[in-house]
Amino acid sequence: MTKHKGEIIAINGNMIQVRFKGDIIQNEVGYVIKENQRLKSEVIKIEGDIAFLQVFEITKGMKVGDKIEFSDKMLSVQLGPGLLSQIYDGLQNPLPELAAKFGFFLPIGVELNAISLTKKWKFKPYAKKGESVIAGSVLGHVHEGIFKHKIMVPFYMMDEYIIDDIALEDDYTVEHTITKIKDREGKTFNVAMAFDWPVKIPITAYKEKLAPAEPLSTRIRVIDTFFPVAKGGTYCIPGPFGAGKTVLQQLTSRYAEIDIVIIAACGERAGEVVETLREFPKLKDPRTGKVLMDRTIIICNTSSMPVAARESSVYTAATIAEYYRQMGLNVLLLADSTSRWAQAMREISGRLEEIPGEEAYPAYLESRIAQFYERSGIVKLHDGSVGSLTIGGTVSPAGGSFEEPVTQATLKVTGAFHGLSRDRADARKFPSVDPLESWSKYRSAIPQELVDSAKQILFKGDQVGQMMKVVGEEGTSAEDFESYLKSEFLDAVYIQQNGFDPVDSATSTERQEYIFTFLVKAILEREFLIKDKQQARQLFYNLRQIFIDWNYATWNTQQFKQQQEKIESLLKEESYAKSMH
Amino acid sequence: MQRVCTKILSIVGNVLAVRAEGVAYEELAQVSTQHGSSFAQVIRLDKDMVYLQAFQGSRGISTGNEIKFLGHPMRVGFSSNLLGRIFNGSGEPRDGGPSLSDNMIEVAGPVVNPAKRIIPSNMIRTNIPMIDLFNSLVESQKLPIFSVSGEPYNELLARIALQAEVDLIILGGIGLKYDQYMYFKSTLEEGGALSRSIFFIHTASDPIVEGLMVPDMCLAVAEKFALDGKKTLVLLSDMTNFADALKEMAITMEQVPSNRGYPGDLYSQLASRYEKAVDFEGAGSITVLAVTTMPGDDITHPVPDNTGYITEGQFYLRNGRIEPFGSLSRLKQLVNKNTREDHRAIMDGMIQLYAQYKDTEEKRAMGFRMSDWDNKLLKYGKLFEDNMMDLKVNIPLEKALDNGWKILAGCFDPHETNFRTELVDKFWPR
Repeated sequence: MTKHKGEIIAINGNMIQVRFKGDIIQNEVGYVIKENQRLKSEVIKIEGDIAFLQVFEITKGMKVGDKIEFSDKMLSVQLGPGLLSQIYDGLQNPLPELAAKFGFFLPIGVELNAISLTKKWKFKPYAKKGESVIAGSVLGHVHEGIFKHKIMVPFYMMDEYIIDDIALEDDYTVEHTITKIKDREGKTFNVAMAFDWPVKIPITAYKEKLAPAEPLSTRIRVIDTFFPVAKGGTYCIPGPFGAGKTVLQQLTSRYAEIDIVIIAACGERAGEVVETLREFPKLKDPRTGKVLMDRTIIICNTSSMPVAARESSVYTAATIAEYYRQMGLNVLLLADSTSRWAQAMREISGRLEEIPGEEAYPAYLESRIAQFYERSGIVKLHDGSVGSLTIGGTVSPAGGSFEEPVTQATLKVTGAFHGLSRDRADARKFPSVDPLESWSKYRSAIPQELVDSAKQILFKGDQVGQMMKVVGEEGTSAEDFESYLKSEFLDAVYIQQNGFDPVDSATSTERQEYIFTFLVKAILEREFLIKDKQQARQLFYNLRQIFIDWNYATWNTQQFKQQQEKIESLLKEESYAKSMH
Repeated sequence: MQRVCTKILSIVGNVLAVRAEGVAYEELAQVSTQHGSSFAQVIRLDKDMVYLQAFQGSRGISTGNEIKFLGHPMRVGFSSNLLGRIFNGSGEPRDGGPSLSDNMIEVAGPVVNPAKRIIPSNMIRTNIPMIDLFNSLVESQKLPIFSVSGEPYNELLARIALQAEVDLIILGGIGLKYDQYMYFKSTLEEGGALSRSIFFIHTASDPIVEGLMVPDMCLAVAEKFALDGKKTLVLLSDMTNFADALKEMAITMEQVPSNRGYPGDLYSQLASRYEKAVDFEGAGSITVLAVTTMPGDDITHPVPDNTGYITEGQFYLRNGRIEPFGSLSRLKQLVNKNTREDHRAIMDGMIQLYAQYKDTEEKRAMGFRMSDWDNKLLKYGKLFEDNMMDLKVNIPLEKALDNGWKILAGCFDPHETNFRTELVDKFWPR
């Protein structure tokens, strides 16, 4: 096929206008030919014989008259074994390989293969000759780390096919033809282990989409107990800078009980990715005993990397996530931060001179955000197995105000809202999820009546706290003061969690249920009958001290039991003292 | 190949438009007027129309003036001869010394591959407890100082520059007041640091657009020195002026403003500068400290807001003190685990108590009766402010930690604080 060509006629930032001949596709990839470099770009608008392209590199040095070569392909990613534990840029270039070849700096106009073409994988066929297959049907598997990486009929094969030939169990490269399939007209297609898929089109090669119900354990107490996330659901974490969005995402990527984690570091600091990048290859995943990197893929397009590639990076991440969901795995996609992605859209929209919406964001902002989150979901596959994709996105609202367009558009489409508060962060209360403002539409793994009871205490405590600022401690009734102390206590020992302590940083659902039940029954629902406020405060401080030490004790050890006994005996002493009055 | 244009078609704001062919995006050009020559940079190409931003402003430029395209983007000289030198915002000498011509490097070069970055691990000690103890500065960190105009932010920058253990100091002044420039010069001179400093100074009286190049030049030079193994500290004052220059250019170019007139790419523009901060494995590093003045002390103003999302924390300067609330060093966790075992506990514990003191102080001001606990907090707050927050305090970290325990013991019983029992046993003064 002849590739179409064009010529630059205007340059404005990372946007070029190109006069072209022949037919081109919306979202087609074009290359600016610059001496020996080929600078990747994407068609985003066509007007007559002029195409507008966003360039995925800096445009410095380009000239009017420079040639463009169109590729006849939409912006795509490569899918196949070898994606896990990779670190990619927003266009799926492997960063460590770029580093090995080009050193400290990212080269301009270089494209590398996303997965190794020479590595051999041991293919174990399932399907038999003569079997009928459709897009997404499983042909066999290879072992990719700890996972069975299913080899499927490429998702772009739109018909029903009959297997004509399938390879024997052996080692093959990803490009080797492992199956020949025939359509009804008898036309034969070669299927290899790897294939391309356009990033902006969701993969739907499954039987049906189900409603998310089962809780996903993040092992962060405030989330799992109060504002849970469901497998296949969506959630968002808006918060002003410094409130701990990224730390919360990092903790989730480490401790969540999930098969595969895809981290899309989108327009954020490079330094934050580096921590993940350098530590995950060393950290053990307690569920599998392997290192965390084995279950992780990082898509990293940090803030100083080209803006257009930032726009694409979340789609790249979503596509790879959907691919693994097709294998019946539970996948978690963490996007940090979706605001940077929205800003990239805004920059591009501005350069296209589109009529701006609120705060100069394009009018299609909401629908783009909705489309992105809608790529999540729990799906039943053709072979009956179930896979899920959970999407969690951080939002960085301008000025910390949740009224801004990106936060509002996100809240409309997500199932849980973990709002971070600057006041809590300033007071070093982490995770700084605001227990009064956040919400979740999903079911908690903890009995609902306990959660409701605790929430009531929090609301009451907050009210009393507000009131106490006006009427002072002496003007507060003993009963109200007790609620206040209880809510402060609940916050300090349960909602707050020390992310840097090896034990306290991750609390299993089992442990959460145990300590939360104890906390609610033995302390929050107990009547203390306060006589002296000072004394009551002391009691709660003492309780807090022991409880925090309890959090630091490993689950079900001697120390764990001892700490609980200490709390119980302190409570007993207290009731003894009370009966003496 | 050099091309010359002698007909300027339009002059709008600081943007000149000419007709020319074969011009590259972001190419540099020289504009010759009867008042001398100055530089301009290509900011937009549309068929044969070329739009340039004139660094010296467009005042005095005639439609008949000559524009010479130089065939290369903005560059800056790089050699060890730079040490001790002072340049202006266009990279020309301000100190009467020779101009730079050899070993020219491009500014705003390629981006560091994130996979080549390493986790920073060296603390930069400043002997300021509010930094060392509560928000440790880390080599390769990028940190702004948020403050309102009139706060002693330049004094703080100069003090950190003098006390920090670095090989090289690069000062970028953007819209810097002349007396502040002289202050930096004399302070570094007295401290004996001028010979390891390089200044790129754009003062408040220079044309505003000229300040746009200052961060790029500073960082390009810093990057070269860092690759040569030097620990480099880049000081930028003030980045709000830089953002305002961007705003001015964007509006002249009729871009749709996003927030209070600032362009939609403000975040990316600031990030591409701040993200130059790096620790090169096996070579040197770049640490960036920048002043961001907040108009009206409003942290939600687009400049501090976008900056906060880019940088690794911020120092919040208010009433001549570094505020414990709002100030944050995101990288402190990487270094404060290796200092002393009580560092983190003191850091969190003292701030939590100080937050309680603030509440009590509010109650007291409203005339409520103070309980015993309130009185303890009041005493604590005063001691904390005098012995930790005051910028005059100049002590090493370990001394600051000891002082912390002393203050706590002077006000509270151990169980009233939030410390782990084992730390109390070891450090609580008895």
